[in-house]
Amino acid sequence: MEASAPNYFLIVGGVLFVMMNVAAGLIWVERRMLALWQDRYGPNRAGPFGLFIVLADTLKLLFKEDWIPPFADKVVFVLAPAIVMVTVLLSFVIIPFAPGIVVADLNIGILFFLAMSSMGAYSIILGGWASNNKYALLGAMRGAAQMISYEVFMGLALMGVVLLTGSFNLRDIVEAQRNMWFVVPQIIGFVIFFIAGVAETHRLPFDIPEAESELIAGFHSEYSGMKFGIFFVGEYLGITLISCMVVALYFGGWLGPAFLPPVVWFALKTFVFISIFILLRASLPRPRYDQLMEFGWKILLPLTLVNLLVTAAIVLMQNGNY
Amino acid sequence: MELTFYLAAAVAIIATILVVTQYNLIHALLYLVVSFMAIAVVFFTLGAPFMAALEIIIYAGAIVVLIIFVIMMLNLTHEDVQHEKEWLKPSVWIGPALLSLILLAELAYIFMASETSAVATQPVEAKAVGMALFGPYVLGVELSGMLLMAGIVGAYHLGRQKKKIVHRFLERTEA
Repeated sequence: MEASAPNYFLIVGGVLFVMMNVAAGLIWVERRMLALWQDRYGPNRAGPFGLFIVLADTLKLLFKEDWIPPFADKVVFVLAPAIVMVTVLLSFVIIPFAPGIVVADLNIGILFFLAMSSMGAYSIILGGWASNNKYALLGAMRGAAQMISYEVFMGLALMGVVLLTGSFNLRDIVEAQRNMWFVVPQIIGFVIFFIAGVAETHRLPFDIPEAESELIAGFHSEYSGMKFGIFFVGEYLGITLISCMVVALYFGGWLGPAFLPPVVWFALKTFVFISIFILLRASLPRPRYDQLMEFGWKILLPLTLVNLLVTAAIVLMQNGNY
Repeated sequence: MELTFYLAAAVAIIATILVVTQYNLIHALLYLVVSFMAIAVVFFTLGAPFMAALEIIIYAGAIVVLIIFVIMMLNLTHEDVQHEKEWLKPSVWIGPALLSLILLAELAYIFMASETSAVATQPVEAKAVGMALFGPYVLGVELSGMLLMAGIVGAYHLGRQKKKIVHRFLERTEA
């Protein structure tokens, strides 16, 4: 499965190109879908189906005044949006989109993903702290607590799949699902991973670090222009990343009936989960902050531990060497 | 591979020195994160990818975030940075620095003089780490588990609040 050098650069460039465009395109997809579910049109003026709203939005963000507050910590303020972009894009490195279409076939793939998602927390924390604004700081504190807690459940929920496969490599995990998708034996793990994924990307209903009705815009209150745009695109990249991970871990990745090529299967499944992310936003209210924490530590943590214990026991029994 | 090791090691050393010399605490912690990441790369080049991942997940991703969390609550101002500047005068650090320089020279001499063992070429996989932890070192794992449990119980005790119920004129606290 070793790719030649030009092929390799093609894969790297292709993944980068597709992901950036998907992230930008999701702005339109989300607005149209929200509108559909709320019984209105949504953006429909610029271009066919209002598609050019993405272009217009990007141009607007690029030409807006990019203001760095004089009271902010300038270096950290500029660094913060870059961190989210870098960590999320680096996470895409380990995702196998199809046999042979993967940037780095790492043996510790899942751990790399977890490491990058835990580094992503810094962008919120540093962005909120560097803004030197009380609302931003409050958002950053909430974000830090939320992301650290939900990382725990995310990692533990994943371990069920790792136990069943016996590997941290995502390609092995997808291959192990030829007979049965892991969503069947790992249904609890899947649900918890998805909930933790929503919390990690701080999307509604878990957008407590931003919470515009109580904290203005939370950690990115002071950001404007393209720096805000990067936080924005980073969020959509995060949604895409979590959807890709869900597909690869629990829904058989590229596997599917042969009438469609593997990449198309992967993209279709991913799109379904992106839509679920958007539907969640359209339908669920935001919980209170302490409710979120309580839900995590008192319900999700015991559930993941039980899930892990039962899975380990079953795997041990099947192997017969207890 | 050797070049990446030396580069990562140099980054780790420079970042760690900057951790000590920065006046602003958050900036210092940022350098600490860089230092952890450099150490992770060192682990990776030495053939321990599992340790590299854990280094980032646990140290850079969780522990430093918690430290930053606490520091954000302290509400540091420019005055604190000034204080920090006053405390870190050359007269304070030059003595310990000179003494540790002697130790460094000794260390370098020992390394130069003795035969260094070749770096392990076989990568240490996650399974090997697990085997070692729950095989020969199971006592250490159990002991650290007990220590952490004691820490959790202590934290729970410190953080416990009496529930206050206020109902018009009646006010009582529940344990």
